Amino acid sequence: MRHAIAALIRKDVRLELRTRESVPAMVLFSLGTFVLFHFALDEREVSGALAAGILWVTLLFAAVLGINRLFVAEREEGGFDGFLLAPVDRTSLFVAKATVLFGFLVAVEVFVVAAFAVLLLGPSPWAGLPALALVLVVADAGIAVIGTLVGALAVQTRARDLLVPLLALPLSIPLVIAGARACAPLLTAGGGDGLEARWLLVLGLYDLVFGLLAYAIFDFLLEE
Amino acid sequence: MRAIELADVGRAYGDRIALAGVTLDVERGETLAVFGANGAGKTTLLRILATLLRPHRGVARVLGHELPREGWAVRGKIGFLGHAPLLYRDLTVRENLRYHARLHRVGFERIDELLDAVGLRARGDDPVHTLSRGMLQRAAVCRTVLHAPEVLLLDEPLAGLDPGAVALVDPLLRGPATRVLISHDVEHGLAEADVVLGLRGGRAAFVARDVSEADVRALYA
Repeated sequence: MRHAIAALIRKDVRLELRTRESVPAMVLFSLGTFVLFHFALDEREVSGALAAGILWVTLLFAAVLGINRLFVAEREEGGFDGFLLAPVDRTSLFVAKATVLFGFLVAVEVFVVAAFAVLLLGPSPWAGLPALALVLVVADAGIAVIGTLVGALAVQTRARDLLVPLLALPLSIPLVIAGARACAPLLTAGGGDGLEARWLLVLGLYDLVFGLLAYAIFDFLLEE
Repeated sequence: MRAIELADVGRAYGDRIALAGVTLDVERGETLAVFGANGAGKTTLLRILATLLRPHRGVARVLGHELPREGWAVRGKIGFLGHAPLLYRDLTVRENLRYHARLHRVGFERIDELLDAVGLRARGDDPVHTLSRGMLQRAAVCRTVLHAPEVLLLDEPLAGLDPGAVALVDPLLRGPATRVLISHDVEHGLAEADVVLGLRGGRAAFVARDVSEADVRALYA
């Protein structure tokens, strides 16, 4: 299975580097959303729970863009058939796509969190940065799992663009709650030691449950 | 052992019956030519044999394995050339073939061998979307035979190819493999066939080893 996962990841990364359809769009969307929040809230700087809420809602909406594109090449260019004809475990497609989406999210966050700190965040993020990175990575795993599942389901339908947000956003509510609660103390002045382990645990548990669920049902999503 | 065995195989899309009760056998190394007008069920049959569609009734066996239950055992032994080339437009020809070679665990030296054979070596590093229709079909043929499949499922394999390209591609689509060949070129199809299946409205109008050109042309009337 590993060789198939590696082949799929290599192919998807190459396609993204060549077409630049997902990551730049996600970054630009996030920057635009920060500007909108800046004017809508009429505040020069935000911190704490408000900052965490803005960051997570923005990241989640940006993720929806990436999820929408995740299986498009497979659908429109025969990638599903090409993959299904190969003597490989079908779960390798799930693992590869979730890994690719996870990578895209991390790449986006490198730019977006930096932009957030410059454009909106009041307190310096440096003290809480390692903990913030940890929370983001654990939450990204959950978004990647849900996103891959929803993307595979939605791409089979004509209402793909509609279905992804309708399914992915409600399923991600626990991630946003736990992510925002975990990040809120980190986005205050001197928030370096404010990470609450229980929210990390919630995120980890969510990743595990949905990871197992996706592993169990993904094969059925590839049926005609 | 027979390469392909179909017993009363049928498939529907909702209420519409695409294939109904097709029964036939194809021995190893033989060519089955499938004729029929548009919508007769040819592509549905091909996709069932490729494990890409489930039959809704009957029993379909490829290389002795029942589909779809044992589909895993025949994937990788099938080469499928349908209407779509199954190549990513923004990757180069060579990148596409390397991707499929990795999935099928085939050495990369086979890629250059095939690109040479179809006269595409010079265009191997060009993105697929820059290729002409004929070049795209040649690249798709390379993908189809990359892993030296035991069964070739071919839907109009020579479509869009000029006579020179046909001469390059044709030898790759022969050899020891069992073939299912969908064609609208009656003369060529009959010349290739050991067994002929004529489909009309999803049903087998005839399955025979000796069929006249007039019988086949009557399918399109």
